[in-house]
Amino acid sequence: MAEIELNQSNFEAEVSKSALPVLVDFWAPWCGPCKMIAPVVAELASEYAGKLKVAKLNTDENLDLASKFQITSIPSLLIFKDGKPVQKIVGFKPKIELKKVIDALL
Amino acid sequence: MPENILDIIIIGGGPSGLTAGIYAARARMNVLLIEKMGCGGQNAITDWIENYPGFPEGISGFELSGKFEEQAKKFGLKIAFEEVKSVSVDADSRIKTLKTAENQYSAYSVIIASGAEYKMLDIPGELDLRGRGVSYCATCDGPFFRGKEVVVVGGGDSAVQEAIYLTRFASKVTIVHRRDRFRATKILSDRALSNNKIQVVWNSTAVKISGKDKVEAISIKNVVSGVESEIACGGVFIFVGHSPNTVPFSGLLKMDDKGYIFTDNDMGTSVPGIFCCGDSRNKLLRQVVTAAGDGATAAFAAQEYVENILGTSYK
Repeated sequence: MAEIELNQSNFEAEVSKSALPVLVDFWAPWCGPCKMIAPVVAELASEYAGKLKVAKLNTDENLDLASKFQITSIPSLLIFKDGKPVQKIVGFKPKIELKKVIDALL
Repeated sequence: MPENILDIIIIGGGPSGLTAGIYAARARMNVLLIEKMGCGGQNAITDWIENYPGFPEGISGFELSGKFEEQAKKFGLKIAFEEVKSVSVDADSRIKTLKTAENQYSAYSVIIASGAEYKMLDIPGELDLRGRGVSYCATCDGPFFRGKEVVVVGGGDSAVQEAIYLTRFASKVTIVHRRDRFRATKILSDRALSNNKIQVVWNSTAVKISGKDKVEAISIKNVVSGVESEIACGGVFIFVGHSPNTVPFSGLLKMDDKGYIFTDNDMGTSVPGIFCCGDSRNKLLRQVVTAAGDGATAAFAAQEYVENILGTSYK
């Protein structure tokens, strides 16, 4: 399953009202480490298809949403359950550790 | 004996690992590079590199890393995204076995290019406020501090360079440094000292970062007078040096007391067939250009080693 690109207009439908938990990858084009974790996030999207929605949010284009969730460091991964943020992962973590965090929440 | 023995495994995809990859792949060695994150290393988060020859106008670290990777892949270098947990040497000492969380690999030679990672200050508030105003990457997080006052801790090249970069966004940048002058190279120091958005607090160390949900202030202590004071700020960027990523190799290789690996002139470590290049090596200068030079030597030395034990060397 491909990752969804989030923005101001689809955030509510895709995240706040999502039946599935959602992992949101906050990134920006000028952020090196964000590009470095992108392949890992893409792998999670396919491995957790049907159990977890994986989405990306460009903080450059959506500064309001980034500041709403107090993102001041990227890459940050925020996991939403029932529309609410329940877990924030700042910086790079190996895939195995990300899976542990996700599995504990699913 | 495992069936699939590689000629060379390179650990780490920063400038030294990728250069080793370029050389080994062009020599048509059976080589694999293992990287725990994505390629680039610290170079990828450096905002601007102006001392790597061939780029008189300078180049962003991110772009330069991308070019290293592109060049290595062009010659057929294969890359696996896994984290190496351990390296061991078989009894006959020819075959090296690497374990990652997912797999096990065997090779005649190993090139360690695992680099170094930024150090933390280890002060109260640092961990709790990480991602809430505490940052170790100006190029990642600088734009979130538009119009805010920030503090940079450190006085080396990274601290001073990134402080200058942060003036693009922050209204004011205060550099807190424990000594009375910068370690950073002169051209960078001069630039920082003449930048009217930058203020320097000398002879001071950071003792605490405070704030409720996000960074509000940093407490500092003057090391000469012992007086503590507080600087109100929205962000704290920490650049206080690096430590080598060499934990998986401790016990196997000879290292200095900080964990940097000792090598000979040809990047050979204390174990035959294991080489080390770049920032994880015990050496004087850690730069992209020296990392690349190390990488080329390590690849050539590894190739010689492998051809010697396989009896295919050109004599």
